[in-house]
Amino acid sequence: MDLNTVAEVRDAAALDRWRPGDAWLAGGTYLFSEPQPGVTRLLDLASFNWAPLTATDNGLEIAATCTVAELFGFEPPVRWPALQPLIQQCCHAFLASFKIWNVATVGGNLCNALPAGPMISLTAALDGVCTVLTVDGRTRLMPVTELVTGAGTIALAPGDLLRSVTLPGTALGGTTAFRQGSLNTHGRSAALLIGRRDPSGALVLTVTASTVRPVRLSFPTIPDAAMLRAAITATIPDDAYVDDVHGLPEWRRHLTLLFAEEIRRELA
Amino acid sequence: MTIRVNGEPHDEKPRPGQCLRTYLREQGLFGVKKGCDAGDCGACTVHVDGMPVHSCVYPAVRAAGRSVTTVEGLADAEGLHPAQQRFLAAQGFQCGFCTAGYVMTAAALDRDADLPRALKGNLCRCTGYRSIDNAMCGVGRAVGDGTVGTDLGAPAGPDIVTGAARYTFDVDVPGLLHMKVLRSPHPHARIVSIDATAALAIPGVVAVFTHEDAPTTLFSTARHEHPEEDPDDTRVLDDVVRFVGQRVAAVVAETEAAAEAGCRAVDVRYRVLPAVFDPEEAMRPGAPKVHAGTNVIGELHQRHGDADAALDAADVVYEGTFHTPRAQHAALETHGALAWLDDDGRLVMRSSTQTPFLTRRALCALFDLPLSQVRVVAGRVGGGFGGKQEMLVEDLVALAVLRLGRPVKLEYTRAEQFTAATVRHPFTVRVAVGASRDGTLTALKLRVVSNTGAYGNHGPSVLGHACHESLAVYHCPNVTVDGFAVYTNTVPSGAFRGYGLGQVIFAVESALDEVARLLGMDPVTLRERNIIRPGDALGPPDEVDDLTLGSYGLDQCLSAVRSAYARPVAAPDGWPVGRGMALSMIATGPPGGHFADARIALLPSGGYELSVGSAEFGNGSTTVHVQIAATALGVSPSLISVRQSDTDLVGHDTGAFASTGTVVAGRAVLLACEDLLARVESGEGPFVGHGHWAGSPRSVAFNAQYFCVAVSPDTGEIRILDSVHAADAGTVMNPAQCRGQVEGGVAQALGTAMFEEVRVDDHGRVTTAAFRQYHLPTYADVPRTEVVFADTDDPCGPMGAKSMSESPFNPVAPALANAVRDATGVRLTSLPLSRDRVWLALRAVTATVPAPGATAGAGRPD
Repeated sequence: MDLNTVAEVRDAAALDRWRPGDAWLAGGTYLFSEPQPGVTRLLDLASFNWAPLTATDNGLEIAATCTVAELFGFEPPVRWPALQPLIQQCCHAFLASFKIWNVATVGGNLCNALPAGPMISLTAALDGVCTVLTVDGRTRLMPVTELVTGAGTIALAPGDLLRSVTLPGTALGGTTAFRQGSLNTHGRSAALLIGRRDPSGALVLTVTASTVRPVRLSFPTIPDAAMLRAAITATIPDDAYVDDVHGLPEWRRHLTLLFAEEIRRELA
Repeated sequence: MTIRVNGEPHDEKPRPGQCLRTYLREQGLFGVKKGCDAGDCGACTVHVDGMPVHSCVYPAVRAAGRSVTTVEGLADAEGLHPAQQRFLAAQGFQCGFCTAGYVMTAAALDRDADLPRALKGNLCRCTGYRSIDNAMCGVGRAVGDGTVGTDLGAPAGPDIVTGAARYTFDVDVPGLLHMKVLRSPHPHARIVSIDATAALAIPGVVAVFTHEDAPTTLFSTARHEHPEEDPDDTRVLDDVVRFVGQRVAAVVAETEAAAEAGCRAVDVRYRVLPAVFDPEEAMRPGAPKVHAGTNVIGELHQRHGDADAALDAADVVYEGTFHTPRAQHAALETHGALAWLDDDGRLVMRSSTQTPFLTRRALCALFDLPLSQVRVVAGRVGGGFGGKQEMLVEDLVALAVLRLGRPVKLEYTRAEQFTAATVRHPFTVRVAVGASRDGTLTALKLRVVSNTGAYGNHGPSVLGHACHESLAVYHCPNVTVDGFAVYTNTVPSGAFRGYGLGQVIFAVESALDEVARLLGMDPVTLRERNIIRPGDALGPPDEVDDLTLGSYGLDQCLSAVRSAYARPVAAPDGWPVGRGMALSMIATGPPGGHFADARIALLPSGGYELSVGSAEFGNGSTTVHVQIAATALGVSPSLISVRQSDTDLVGHDTGAFASTGTVVAGRAVLLACEDLLARVESGEGPFVGHGHWAGSPRSVAFNAQYFCVAVSPDTGEIRILDSVHAADAGTVMNPAQCRGQVEGGVAQALGTAMFEEVRVDDHGRVTTAAFRQYHLPTYADVPRTEVVFADTDDPCGPMGAKSMSESPFNPVAPALANAVRDATGVRLTSLPLSRDRVWLALRAVTATVPAPGATAGAGRPD
């Protein structure tokens, strides 16, 4: 929709100073989907021309402006065999269609911070670390799990800019398992769980969508069913499950426990 | 930097916050549609440098230096693009508002695309997706000679697939002003003061209208042939607001931006009043009054025999309470109108309406104008489903145009559709059914409460209809019905496909399923024992003196359902499987008369110009009218052109509602053709035929739905393994099109049965105001339904036809709930049957009910 209060679009790369009323424009698919009466200026991140995906020995850096379509089409090095399937599973977990993927960005999905944001699921599960350019000119690193603080809230100050998210190579060498549940086929996630079995034998289980922010559980080896269940119930109180139109909390809790056990068996 | 659109350079610079959709429309590319304006529905799909995007969420400034292709630019010198050809050949549309988006999406997809995923960003509310699937897969269809009974394609088809069809807002009106509406944040409040000074100071703001500018006349937004059907309880702008979202002030400005800024600048002071949201609470003594007088705006009390005594004496009794929530019509084209004064000073209103003539009548009454001073026209309407049997915008637009003398447009946002239009009436139905051991119904007792919201539009009529054909289809000597339509401080309810029947049928057909189980009888046999039969009277004669069993195909419908029970299915391991059915009856028009005029002229060219008042919104009446005329005149349909939905064309037309497009307007067309033939035969010109039909006597149409489902014990997912819908539509005028109406009705009903609910919070606010919060069925959600037509021939409708537009909706939800009951042993009494609720219900009974499947064998027909 038209954002009629916007009086100017400026290249973010040429910005002198961030001011209230500014909004970073990545793909725009969220920004233009709801009224934004407080926004008076768009700062266009395309002007940075950041490389969307950079694979190094240390891992994979995904620019905030990398589109979902670019990520979906990424062909990772062979040393990360589980990465491509997991990326594609997470992209398919978008409620939005492939046409939105052509424009929407990974950074936009992270900063939107919805419980069902599948790029949050992906990057949280793979130990993603955000690089943030702060409004006062510093560079700050923070795990994805700390970026998202609640449903629609993030740990960035006004004017802070998410530059990229890096998936360390240490998190990309294992095998993964993915489960997603929704009120309808190909719908918005009500629970999205990713399990990661590292070459060390350790299991990292990441719960998203059923909780307002990512929850990670780590086990040095594959736990038994009771241990896994106990760990989840101890970490996520019953009243911490999301309660909105995309699923009742009790059902989300059930799906979370169900999917966790399925993942445990798959990766055992 | 220029933007190339369909190969042509466009030098006009987009505004900073403009999306590509509005830029393209301002450049005259009206094929680019607004369905949601939020990236959810796909109606605005275009290609940017060959890449498909949703143009409503694509910043227009980003298109600078790029090449944009819209549906208008898809065809080339060789002719239509293959995607356009496929949608035309398969008739993969009904109203066609979403079609450009589908065509542009299809054009960007590989032929082996994973369609359930690829099409999740394209919503169609009309078709139920089967014809779209055919189009995506390149399945064409045979077309006969175009006479009645053959599959003539819609005359508008070529325009729809090329983006040339003109919907309400697809016109360029010079000097157009834009209206935005400031809406109430309170569920009930008196407006103490409105200060528009700051708003009027904003550059571009032309006027601010408040209750002080509005006529004091009360009216109803509902449109009926007889206005006394609805309570006059509404003002154009009122000094009391009764729901969150009600109009408070209207700002008219040179641009939408200025109008929006004006709304933000209007200073309103309210005195908040006590509010009531629940109809049962609203009925109690001392409850806050929504209007002066009682909150019960409609009542219905039927007594035949002695239901209480019969329940006491019955061999089996089932009692239950059933609930259906609010639902939104979700027509892809929102409400809206634009109007101007023509050269003679006459008000011309172009509106997205199902009722041009009744809207003209209402505008004349409100503003004290003669009929000759108002013309109402509808372009092609982008879906209705009853939602546009309502005057929700035209009164306000007329007020502005009459005051300002300039053209004014008001186009609802998608959010306004949810918060400030109408919804399907939520119903609570307590039902008790008694039967004797042999399966004879002995008692039906219902208490029905409908929540009409803050205004009574359609409230009493929906209640009456809800309790009529739902019960009249059965013989039962002892019937008691107490019904109440109740005001609350919530978004108003209104007409919605089925007009109340679906809500009560959900209760009655669910209850009958339980009675069959109590008797150990299969549900089809129970129905066969109790349904009305040819020769029977239909309900008390004083209420329905013109309703007859003109033809009867219910037995055939039940036979089709019975055969479906035997069909094999494959279910996922560990998922219990169940089968269920339900039936419904509907009158082929409203009581009290429904009028249509038609006119057909033989042109000097040898062609024929057919004029009807009825609007086309995907119901396909235009196709049927052409077929009737071609058949009656014995000419090719290609010789017949249709003009429609314009108060200047014919004397009167009650409107395209109550399933009357074929049986009433079509009958008028037939009479006009017969008149023309007589004139041609006599040799005396002018060669113009006139037809008039008054919509009486009426017949009844029947529907029956069968589902076989599997239910996941782990997630609550209901998977539909088999779906059969049997319909008695009399002589089927256009089988492909009628099948589409049935499929679309089943799909829309599945939406309300499985997903859809307009939620209202504790403060009366609608919280589901976008398609992301209100899930419409997508391509992936809707199963194929086999459609079976009964072979009947009706004397009331033209050439044997009966209605088939609303009615396929009605038996779907109970058939689904009955199948789930069969699979799981759990009776679900509230819609929607969403996965979370189904799972919760299964879990609640796990301890007390035999293992799933243990009951699945009971209650099946032989």
